[in-house]
Amino acid sequence: MSDMSAKPNLSAGVQTAGGIGTAPASHTEHGEHAHHDEHEHHEQHWLWKYVFSQDHKVIGKQFLITGIFWAIIGGTLSSLFRLQLGWPEGTMEWLTPVLGKWIEGGKLNPEFYLALVTMHGTIMVFFVLTAGLSGTFSNFLIPLQVGARDMASGFMNMLSYWFFFLSSIIMFMSLFLETGPAASGWTIYPPLSALPQAIPGSGMGMTMWLVSMAFFIVSQLLGGVNYVTTVINLRTRGMSMSKLPLTIWAFFLTAILGILSFPVLFSAVLLLVFDRSFGTSFFLSDIYIAGQALPNQGGSPVLFQHLFWFLGHPEVYIVIMPAMGMVSEVLATNARKPIFGYRAMIGSLIGISLLSFVVWAHHMFVTGMNPFLGSVFMFLTLIIAVPSGVKVFNWLATLWRGNIRFTTAMMFSIGFVSLFISGGLTGIILGNATLDIQMHNTYFVVAHFHLVMGSAAFFGLFAGVYHWFPKMFGRMMDEKLGYVHFWLTFAGVYLVFLPMHYVGIAGFPRRYYAWTGFDSFSQFADLNKFISTAAIFAFFAQFIFIFNFFYSIWRGRRATENPWNSNTLEWTTPVVPGHGNWPGEIPAVYRWPYDYSKPGAEADFIPQNVPYSQTQSSNLPYEQELAD
Amino acid sequence: MAQTTTLQPTAAPTLDAPRTGNWDGGNEPFKASYGKLMMWIFLLSDAFSFGAFLTTYGMIRHKHAVFTGEASAFHFSTKWWPIPDHVFNAFPGMGHANVPLGFVALMTMILIFSSVTMVLAVEAGHRMDKADVQKWLLWTILFGAIFLSSQAWEWGHFIRGHEEGTLMADGTVFHGANLAVNQYGPVLFADLFFFITGFHGTHVFSGVCLLVWCFIATTNGTFEKRGHYEMVEKIGLYWHFVDLVWVFVFTFFYLV
Repeated sequence: MSDMSAKPNLSAGVQTAGGIGTAPASHTEHGEHAHHDEHEHHEQHWLWKYVFSQDHKVIGKQFLITGIFWAIIGGTLSSLFRLQLGWPEGTMEWLTPVLGKWIEGGKLNPEFYLALVTMHGTIMVFFVLTAGLSGTFSNFLIPLQVGARDMASGFMNMLSYWFFFLSSIIMFMSLFLETGPAASGWTIYPPLSALPQAIPGSGMGMTMWLVSMAFFIVSQLLGGVNYVTTVINLRTRGMSMSKLPLTIWAFFLTAILGILSFPVLFSAVLLLVFDRSFGTSFFLSDIYIAGQALPNQGGSPVLFQHLFWFLGHPEVYIVIMPAMGMVSEVLATNARKPIFGYRAMIGSLIGISLLSFVVWAHHMFVTGMNPFLGSVFMFLTLIIAVPSGVKVFNWLATLWRGNIRFTTAMMFSIGFVSLFISGGLTGIILGNATLDIQMHNTYFVVAHFHLVMGSAAFFGLFAGVYHWFPKMFGRMMDEKLGYVHFWLTFAGVYLVFLPMHYVGIAGFPRRYYAWTGFDSFSQFADLNKFISTAAIFAFFAQFIFIFNFFYSIWRGRRATENPWNSNTLEWTTPVVPGHGNWPGEIPAVYRWPYDYSKPGAEADFIPQNVPYSQTQSSNLPYEQELAD
Repeated sequence: MAQTTTLQPTAAPTLDAPRTGNWDGGNEPFKASYGKLMMWIFLLSDAFSFGAFLTTYGMIRHKHAVFTGEASAFHFSTKWWPIPDHVFNAFPGMGHANVPLGFVALMTMILIFSSVTMVLAVEAGHRMDKADVQKWLLWTILFGAIFLSSQAWEWGHFIRGHEEGTLMADGTVFHGANLAVNQYGPVLFADLFFFITGFHGTHVFSGVCLLVWCFIATTNGTFEKRGHYEMVEKIGLYWHFVDLVWVFVFTFFYLV
């Protein structure tokens, strides 16, 4: 070990947190770890322990709680616009106390409808499924699973959360603007977003959206740099890249995607700010407002779409890959089988990551781009089905003849695979330019991405929370409530999004506030009511989870160190790991994380830190050589 | 049960020592500390920001017509993209002399020289030679500051414009440039010039600030106490990157 490598492990904690360091090794001799760690922290003020903490576990929980907060907001917004879509003739007078002047004569204000859709997308994609998902689990799991005391830079990690917090505050405040929050869709296409005078939502709401997003990108960058560096430099002895749990591989590649794609959104946001506020014409040309020509000449709104989707497409993998990683881990643990095709799983993650950068224009088939270019992007897009297929088959093969334990996390993981298949297949349809031109801007697209990226990523998030809750809070979440939550959510998701495919294929358009003016759509009135009912029902089912989550933090059954009999390193820490994670030395790693049900082994799992010399009965010949 | 073995210290290291290859954990596979690695990753990310801006430049320029007549017949018009030789042809203190790209070439040389002095500062840091680190940092700061002032002059000249100006559609003659209108050509020519050189200049400015901080820390002996001058090296990486980006900006705006 070089002189530098020892430093990052401890420096962050020691310098600022008042002498945490390593606990005495004598702790490890006791079987009881439940009450062990409070006295190490006595010098810490609560403000530094729980608020401005540099401990990756606390930061992970901060991301999670903020993410839950945002998910409630995002879900509420979707319930509001589903009310409008399901009962376009109905009165919403009763919402006046909450929405105030956004209800006009018992009707939802059309401008506000657009704002609702925009903010629902923004909140769910960025604040919940990016920050809330990879922010939570990359932070919480990377140091624990690679065997590090903390992130490479605890300080930057803390900044990452607080930039996210600042960004959240700004975005939240924009909800209460008199002119409403941003309303030009979560993709903020110009010219609607570039001309403050275009619609009410293009004004201050859009400005705050852009400012908020700039801070969000800073947060992502600070976090991502830390995740990548930690995985490269801070793995414990023996933790080679081919012994990393798949969760870590997924977080690692997700962070790389974020680091390379978010700066391009940053560029686009900055250019848009100049167009809006300083009179430039990057995305504007040949625009007339009320018969008056604007002076802006020579820019290109399609350029914005290119820049946006260069982030936007990797973004959907930023959302789904952490879920894939966690699902792989939960499936293997609870099927009591090694993950099927470990290296193929890594290879497919890498393949998806690489391909995600060269398919962005499949969101733009109808922008009038060169059809030849379209066919190139179509070809590359369809290739993504290959690594995705590899993953699905490997998950199914992992389940096959497994000794499955249906924990709540396992249910959500299986649900994830189901949603990923259902939603992924329609991706192949939409990836074809000729079909996409027909489907574009219909509810088919909405149904597709809500299944494959929205709901599936949520399922990954739930699987992760149920599975790692004992390590986060030292208590178990309630299984029965978990089952109820799972079945209601699983049924709810399909009841919402399957019918949406039908109305989409029939041409029902996205982003329409009132479809009642079109006779051809009136036949979908019943289906729309059905979808809305199911959506609101599924949304309220989430409160079971929220109750379970907060109740279990304080009142849940106490967890043991390794409640799922899992192999990865986080389960070798005390029930609730203190700052520094392991009281004694960091364990070394000898084997991959998937030695479940190994023939000849004493138990049906062998943790990564057990050397081959201690498992003579189950060693394969080449492993035996390592032990001798 | 295997679980009970988890917290035991590693038994008999000769028998069971974990593998110790370059990527086997417990060391730094790129032989770079976490801080240096972070700087590299940040620069990669920043490169994508600049990449997006330069792509924007390319796409927008591609949308605009080029002047196809004789070079001698060139005049500024909003109909075509201007030829840089005619826009950037002034030199401070030389009045109306026509020195195409002369000043910007000098600026570029100065910035490249600052990279040389930066390398020397890093090298002095490896030798733990405090005086030399100070000396070369100071030179780098000086060159960086000269570059920034030159850019300020260049901007000033660009904003004030040439004597002749350009006849606008409303019959007035417009001199110089702002974000909404300029005498040189399409409005986006000036927009992109201000935006991209401005974004780069902001980077240089941050770099100079970092170097000043680095100089103060060196003078205070912070790095000496720390036992290494790695911070100088990390900021050096940033400085070289900013330098490299300028080469691209220079190529796009002035040469092509």
